[in-house]
Amino acid sequence: MDAQTWTYILVILTFGLYIYIGYASRVKDTKGFYVAGQGVPAIANGAATAADWMSAASFISMAGLISVLGFDGSIYLMGWTGGYVLLALLLAPYLRKFGKYTVPDFVGDRYYSKTARGVAAIAAVFVSLTYVAGQMRGVGVVFSRFLGLDITWGVVLGMVIVAFFAVLGGMKGITWTQVAQYIVLIIAYLIPAIAIAVILTGNPIPQLSLVFSDITTKLNQIQVDLGFQEYTQPFANRAPIDVFMITVALMIGTAGLPHVIVRFYTVPNVRAARYSAGWALLFIALLYTTAPAVAVFARYNLLNTLHGARIVSTEEVAGRTILNLQDAQGRSIDWATSWQRTGLISFTDENGQISMQANAAGKTFAHATIDNDIIVLSTPEVARLPAFVIALVAAGGLAAALSTASGLLLVISSAFSHDIYYRLINPNASEQLRLLVGRIVIFLGVIAAGYFGINPPGFVAEVVAFAFGLAAASFFPIIVLGIFDKRANDKGAIAGMLAGLIFTMFMILMMQSVKIFGTAEPLMGPFFGITAQGIGTIGAILNFAVALIVSRATAAPPQDIQDLVESVRIPRGAGSATAH
Amino acid sequence: MATGRKVAVIEGSEEKAIAYWKANIRLIFILLVIWALVSYVAGIILAQPLSTINVGRVPLSFWFAHQGSIITFVILIFVYAKLMDKIDNEFDVHE
Repeated sequence: MDAQTWTYILVILTFGLYIYIGYASRVKDTKGFYVAGQGVPAIANGAATAADWMSAASFISMAGLISVLGFDGSIYLMGWTGGYVLLALLLAPYLRKFGKYTVPDFVGDRYYSKTARGVAAIAAVFVSLTYVAGQMRGVGVVFSRFLGLDITWGVVLGMVIVAFFAVLGGMKGITWTQVAQYIVLIIAYLIPAIAIAVILTGNPIPQLSLVFSDITTKLNQIQVDLGFQEYTQPFANRAPIDVFMITVALMIGTAGLPHVIVRFYTVPNVRAARYSAGWALLFIALLYTTAPAVAVFARYNLLNTLHGARIVSTEEVAGRTILNLQDAQGRSIDWATSWQRTGLISFTDENGQISMQANAAGKTFAHATIDNDIIVLSTPEVARLPAFVIALVAAGGLAAALSTASGLLLVISSAFSHDIYYRLINPNASEQLRLLVGRIVIFLGVIAAGYFGINPPGFVAEVVAFAFGLAAASFFPIIVLGIFDKRANDKGAIAGMLAGLIFTMFMILMMQSVKIFGTAEPLMGPFFGITAQGIGTIGAILNFAVALIVSRATAAPPQDIQDLVESVRIPRGAGSATAH
Repeated sequence: MATGRKVAVIEGSEEKAIAYWKANIRLIFILLVIWALVSYVAGIILAQPLSTINVGRVPLSFWFAHQGSIITFVILIFVYAKLMDKIDNEFDVHE
């Protein structure tokens, strides 16, 4: 059977599984809808968190980004995992003890302020909506590349599936489908990685073969021969201060993302919240320690196979010149031909050969362009693995995108239906009405996400990366202060949140003006060597500073709020504290 | 509603609650120092000098930046959960 048939089979099987799970875990009350009835075991919540967290970007794009950045790819590896330590030590246990439904719930109650709740709800919706559009786009891209389906229909199909289990099952349905999606995506990631590790190094464990085989040494040598810096050379692509600040921003951004935090409300008690964070990171680390190995293997394979490959013939397809290539052993390189058709890679003819030489700056290829996304997607073909594995990668990419999309949609739904509608607009709403509003909003969220997936604003990719900066600059500081600083009050929190958000938003818009407003030059260059991706760190520091100072300058929080802080710090009673 | 919720005071005394919180903060502080050492210090600040030492067949700073820090993070969280179990029991605040 060919890859396309296998892809159809696997997609139908996995989608059927998600639909079945969604139907089996449908819910009847708001507690089930928002926090899965708080009955999710720690390990299951860990797997769900891992799937929730690892998006289409982690699955499809990250290894490719690392293979281009070399050492400096550490910003993603450390940045997207280190946040879980902060989450486990500084946030998750206390938020679970607090035990309500949403992140704005904590902000609103702890800072006894409707304004704080409103600002938090709007920030949660904004962060989640920009992020979810990218996921829907990812679904469409996988469908179009692997099944030749139109992107629009791919997105619509993804929307129908997500709408089904999210509207029906709420957080409960989402949680259990995410557990299944984690299993699908991790198998899909590991099998090709293990196969390629065996081929290149003889060691089946990618993590070990990266460290103990000579593959990195060989890659360093090729890089230097072609005019690049050594792969393991630090700061070849980014300045040290920038690497530092981006890593901080991604770490505290991760810990501040509402769809990640809210997963820790679903476990039965404080102890489970702590262990659950450990399981989540363990499951994430399985992929995140494989990715740097895949990055090295893929880079080595790519340079080794393509550099000096002979051009045997050329053809014109839809205005593109496609070069048919042969490697040193005289085998034709079919994957290069098929990816050229998608426009994601292209070469120029250098005297009948392909050249992977670096350009004068030593950063990119002089005679070729290679899209980062093909690194993971093409790995099975490059390693000449069976068609089944190629289909598995497609199913894994879809699982990663759908699981993240559903978690984000729940945050959007709960921010509107719980925080804005129930807590701010209509506090007398009945349980049934609130559940209905939640379902309607999640349905509308799916439609909006689908719309942006089909018609992406040009700068979606830029905005998604900065969802982290905004989460870092808004939520993380005031939640930490809310737990660890009893003196933090409503005015401090509101001022801090606004200062962090406005500063970060302003700086990103200025630095990314070329992509967002279409200006010829960026309106502002790097801020003391820090680029837009790292600016959230400064926003977070600003938030902390403003919140601390304003809190000290104004009246202390009332006694019942100080008592609330005391109670959040003590694990006992997490079960009963949730009674509304 | 949150307002008017009863405080979960520890059996015994307020001093005990303060001591429990101090023990927690101390543990968090120690673990976060290790967290910063393996990532920001070994993987970024000392990246250049540490790239002359090898672990296996890759430079030490590269190993911390691409693998060692992540493994350490996982261990740190489980260590925190385990030690907090002990502290919770000691102060009798467990569930």
